Amino acid sequence: MSVAQEAVRHAAPADRARQRAAVARWVRLALLLIFVVVFLIPVYVLLVTSFKPLSEADPGQAWNLPKVWTTEAWSIAWEKLEPGIVNSVLLAVPGSLISAVLGSMNGYVLSKWRFPGADVVFTLFLFGMFIPYQGVMIPLVQLMVNLGVYGGIPGLTLAHVVYGIPICTLIFRNYYVTIPDELIEASRVDGAGMLRTFWSIILPVSGPAFAVVIIWQFTSMWNDFLFAVFLTAPTSWPTTVMLNNIAGAQTVPYSQQMAAAILASVPTMVVYVLLGRFFMRGLMAGALKG
Amino acid sequence: MTRVRRWLPGLLLVTPSIVAVAVFVYGLLGWNLKVAMTDQHDEISQGSFVGLENFTAIWDQERWGISVRHAIVFTVVFVGGALVLGWLLAFLMEKGIRGESGFRAVYLFPMAVSFIATGVVWRWLMNSGTGERAVGLNSLFHYLGLDFLQWQWFRDPDWGMAAMAIPAIWQMSGYVMALFLAGFRGVPDELRESARVDGCGEWQVYRHIVLPMLRPVTLSALIILGHISLKVFDLIVAVSGKQIITDVPAIFMWTAVFDSHDPAKGATIASYIVISVAVFVVPYLVWNARKGKRS
Repeated sequence: MSVAQEAVRHAAPADRARQRAAVARWVRLALLLIFVVVFLIPVYVLLVTSFKPLSEADPGQAWNLPKVWTTEAWSIAWEKLEPGIVNSVLLAVPGSLISAVLGSMNGYVLSKWRFPGADVVFTLFLFGMFIPYQGVMIPLVQLMVNLGVYGGIPGLTLAHVVYGIPICTLIFRNYYVTIPDELIEASRVDGAGMLRTFWSIILPVSGPAFAVVIIWQFTSMWNDFLFAVFLTAPTSWPTTVMLNNIAGAQTVPYSQQMAAAILASVPTMVVYVLLGRFFMRGLMAGALKG
Repeated sequence: MTRVRRWLPGLLLVTPSIVAVAVFVYGLLGWNLKVAMTDQHDEISQGSFVGLENFTAIWDQERWGISVRHAIVFTVVFVGGALVLGWLLAFLMEKGIRGESGFRAVYLFPMAVSFIATGVVWRWLMNSGTGERAVGLNSLFHYLGLDFLQWQWFRDPDWGMAAMAIPAIWQMSGYVMALFLAGFRGVPDELRESARVDGCGEWQVYRHIVLPMLRPVTLSALIILGHISLKVFDLIVAVSGKQIITDVPAIFMWTAVFDSHDPAKGATIASYIVISVAVFVVPYLVWNARKGKRS
């Protein structure tokens, strides 16, 4: 048997394996593309319906592209939704910043400046992350009334900040655990106290964790419906409640409902597109801890 | 004394948060339980202690039985569906594929949007009209020649809640995919390689090496999906409102508070929701804390 023949005999199975791998790759790609189409069906309907004039915005022709493209539904939806969007901004921007500051302090202490019982405190915090908020809602309304903040944005912000403490603490703690203890020790030996160490050693490297927490809290405050519906009066309704009222009204045409739904989602979508990397890290923090 | 000086500042810095969590989480959970054990069935009376009477009485209400059954159907379909779909997507992507970040972005974006917003379109997609009156997905099935797939979606009297789980699966399976993808990638290549050298086929590598190593991820995903499922509220409000046909405990509680003005009943339902979540989350957290201590 010649050398060449020998080579062919060996190459054949390897070729077959390579072919099989190539087929498998195409099958996987095809399946993933099918899922992309399925995942985007709702987006397609939202977009095309929102650009239709009143005459075309009936459920019977929702799969069709608009015959006449118009942004008239968008401007009406914006008018209806605007007060809610303003309220949501007033809620989510300060709220997520306060959450981040609190979470950063807690995470620092629970990882680097620990006190006896710190682990128990942390575990008790974590349960707070999982409680269904229905379980506190009835007395929370009462408490907010007693504190004099029921019905307005400050009360709603307070609720979001407090119930956000567990997840924010968790994210910061897990981030700070990766900072070497020697850095903290060295700072202590130099005579720096807790706050000074926090300020000069920890905060300068905290950027990514702040990004993760701010994005997480902003998204959950923006998208929340439960707290809003229990704790706010009509003048303070955030976007979600307003949107639900617009969408629930039989008289509002489909095109406006769908335009309003997109408008309500724009801020979180922008955050997601621009800062998806940090968004992902926040998601993972909720699951893979320790 | 010096040791106390060492940790006391830390404790002081966390104290506001400890107090806030103690009051708002544990204090209010306790307060809610207290309300649930009174006969405060209107908003004026103070109510007196009646023990567990509300907790047993609610089972006599037909609506409660329906909403519990709905929650179970929803949970099984949603958790199962999101796990399977998320796992499948991660499995298809785990060996690397061209345009991976694009795929991930598409599967994950529903997580960034509220159920209230997506409910607007899902309500239309899952319109119950069939045959001549088909719209939404039912009319899409008609175009595709799949008329036999048309059904009433969430208005189906028996399995409507399974339809209600579809938007939730759409929203959460990208998240499960991300979890599993991290899990798949966490399996060291050397392990797979050495199994192959030992003569394992690709399927055996998955069965004996990769899948067992995904167990912790699966558990995390189960806990996350499970606790989301048991308190599901926004999605149902957005898709069908307060209709009995899609009633779940969280909706029942909402109407008990705002429509029937019955704090004791609302608090009782809320307590049941908390208990249903706590029975599996508490063991998970304890287990996690122990594991953390060991490592």
